[in-house]
Amino acid sequence: MSIASGSVDGIPAAEVPDVELYHPRSWITKWVFSQDAKVIGIQYALTATAIGLVALVLSWLMRLQLGFPGVFDFITPAEYYQFITMHGMIMVVYLLTALFLGGFGNYLIPLMIGARDMVFPYMNMLSYWIYLLAVLVLVASFFAPGGPTGAGWTLYPPQSILSGTPGGQDWGIILMLLSLMLFIIGFTMGGLNYVVTVLQARARGMTMMRMPLTVWGIFTATVMALLAFPALFVSAVMMLLDRLLGTSFFMPALVEMGQRLNHEGGSPLLFQHLFWFFGHPEVYIVALPAFGIVSDLISVHARRNIFGYRMMVWAIIIIGALSFIVWAHHMYVSGMNPYFGFFFATTTLIIAVPTAIKVYNWLLTLWRGDIHLTVPMLFALAFIVTFVNGGLTGLFLGNVVVDVPLSDTMFVVAHFHMVMGVAPIFVIFGAIYHWYPKITGRMLNEVMGRIHFWVSFLGAYLIFFPMHYIGLLGVPRRYHEIGETAFVPASAHTLNAFISVMALIVGAAQIVFLFNLAWSIRRGRSAGDNPWNAASLEWQTPQTPPPHGNWGQDLPVVYRWAYDYSVPGAAQDFIPQNQPPAKAAE
Amino acid sequence: MAVAIALILVAVGSVAFHMLSPWWWTPIASNWSYIDDTLIVTFWITGVAFTIIVLFMAYCVVRFRHRPGHKAEHEPENKRLEWWLTIGTTIGVAALLAPGLIVWHRFITVPANATEIEIVGQQWQWTFRLPGHDGRLGTVSVRFIGPDNPLGIDPSDPAGQDDVIVEGGELQLPIGRPVKVLMRAIDVLHNFYVPEFRAKMDMVPGQVTFFWFTPTRTGTFEAVCAELCGLGHAVMRGRVVVVEEAEYHAWLERQPTFVRRLAAAR
Repeated sequence: MSIASGSVDGIPAAEVPDVELYHPRSWITKWVFSQDAKVIGIQYALTATAIGLVALVLSWLMRLQLGFPGVFDFITPAEYYQFITMHGMIMVVYLLTALFLGGFGNYLIPLMIGARDMVFPYMNMLSYWIYLLAVLVLVASFFAPGGPTGAGWTLYPPQSILSGTPGGQDWGIILMLLSLMLFIIGFTMGGLNYVVTVLQARARGMTMMRMPLTVWGIFTATVMALLAFPALFVSAVMMLLDRLLGTSFFMPALVEMGQRLNHEGGSPLLFQHLFWFFGHPEVYIVALPAFGIVSDLISVHARRNIFGYRMMVWAIIIIGALSFIVWAHHMYVSGMNPYFGFFFATTTLIIAVPTAIKVYNWLLTLWRGDIHLTVPMLFALAFIVTFVNGGLTGLFLGNVVVDVPLSDTMFVVAHFHMVMGVAPIFVIFGAIYHWYPKITGRMLNEVMGRIHFWVSFLGAYLIFFPMHYIGLLGVPRRYHEIGETAFVPASAHTLNAFISVMALIVGAAQIVFLFNLAWSIRRGRSAGDNPWNAASLEWQTPQTPPPHGNWGQDLPVVYRWAYDYSVPGAAQDFIPQNQPPAKAAE
Repeated sequence: MAVAIALILVAVGSVAFHMLSPWWWTPIASNWSYIDDTLIVTFWITGVAFTIIVLFMAYCVVRFRHRPGHKAEHEPENKRLEWWLTIGTTIGVAALLAPGLIVWHRFITVPANATEIEIVGQQWQWTFRLPGHDGRLGTVSVRFIGPDNPLGIDPSDPAGQDDVIVEGGELQLPIGRPVKVLMRAIDVLHNFYVPEFRAKMDMVPGQVTFFWFTPTRTGTFEAVCAELCGLGHAVMRGRVVVVEEAEYHAWLERQPTFVRRLAAAR
């Protein structure tokens, strides 16, 4: 029988059932050049973790220098600046962005919306390999003549391309900019995928307002990233031209070390505007997926519907939109027109309102819940504490005049580590403990998980909470040592040493976590399909781990939102999204 | 239960640390106590919010923890509660923003009687320029910068001839007189920061930035650079000495003017 006989209105029917399209043909196409979003997600996650370990070691080295200045004399000022720069850039871009969007986005979007895969699997594969190339170029700068750039992760010109900064007149800054451009190209390929997949490939019945908040967070963050990263891309191109061809986009007439340079007419502030037009949305590109994921963790482990779902969705969208008109709050003391301060302080503080609503709704989800203190829940609670703490110090720095004494001090360092370092990373940990059973079919070890949690939570808080007060004293950031300074009492040095010791301990706890990840693949308790009794679609796959194509012959049909927990009258305390209404009542 | 105790410890410990720890801002030496006041208001509002939220979490963890037979309540939305919380938060945020904007307006409105002085940053030192007897600073340009003219003062501008240039050392300022600090950088970004004055602003090559303040007590204050400027960032230090008016004038007379410098160089 001809396949074409099944045609409708002259359009031939599919030659094979759609699930057959998804079978990889060899080991290479299954595990290396894979087009399966789940494998790509894992590839992203492993690469991000590997480069993240480099950033962790760098943070140890800088804390050794800061806590015990003069003791570790193999750390020169130049190296210290290279360490902070690479630590910052790796954590913000190559770890957090890549892990949330490339890692969790790839793994979870198709599963959570009931799709077989991303809509452009080949481009998705390219996205990962270009990301890997970006990471390799970044790593190469460690071995290039002059070492990596030491311009600070903000790469402010003119210093970033001048000789007074490590890597400024060597390879460092060039490789950094090239790596960022590659990252953005790779991200754009993945990002378009996530957006189109969410808009076009949802299962029957999966309306936008039935999607789990995880998908909402990743989706909105991806749209933002597609709009924000081009600003970084063009500023990277312009800076490369300034550095290599002697153009003057960011370079005014200046005299460096008694030498008049051949630049004229450019504006260093232009770069700052472009950078922060990317840089501020970037904060929320990391935060929104964390918001979404943590909402789901809290709901599942408190056995209660997320409180105020519609408000949560709108808060995500409003935060995403507002975050494009707050960027210059990073520039209150940059020398821009001071009247901008009124506008940007107002928009910045307005953003606190939808953010606070999200916090309330997490708390109200816990309230009257049935709280299981599992490891994912513990990390979710730790997220709320650190995020609220870091968000509130944002009200200091966003309120233009309060920012004046605090800007560029350790207070800022403490603030952004708490709010966009520690807090989202706790969500990543919680998410890994939560979804590892789906990814591997086995549970992570509980005891190791709890050790990891307690040391990380209390330790990270003890690092970053006191650090605010060093900034309040007036200690500037980006100093390899504060040295003899009139306004810094000796006790502050003791506090610095304490913070460094805590940093080493918290870092060491991550080794327990990594060991757990490796150990549990074989030794972990078998998880089954749905160990947490979760309602969202990714837990309803016919097989665990789900194979390529996810759903077997038939795609799931969705009848309800993802938060039917403890519904009165239901047999169980959760109703899966794909359970028909009649059956749920039984 | 351990979790609840930990949460309570975090809330109470943070407040205790804030109250009891020896690390606090430096005693103020300028008119910007308004900034300190706004900071204190912010500490209060945010501190109360943080404590309430963390303690509420601790309460939930104890009260609604999983026990056999315990079941969560199914309650998708509560419009009234959500609106009340939104309104309450908006009021809190407005209470922070309004004083902040008022003080910011003061911060950027320079009094008419302020004396203009100039601070110039370059890798990795500060140079100060004060107006001479004519009370005006001469015009400058990068193209005039040279060994004899580190600040690039226009040699043909009469206003610049009596400008006083202080290199490397310390800046003296009279107590109680508002100062408008004009700031320039001739190579990369810098930021002249004296924590006791609270005020700071970046110096940007290619443009002139400013801030103003009034010194309110005499003494010697250390200035640091607060914008990453390369390898010597941490050692780029300066000093501001606030003195009585008469002492200031005596000091000013001893400093070389631009003309005298040029003459000495020839």
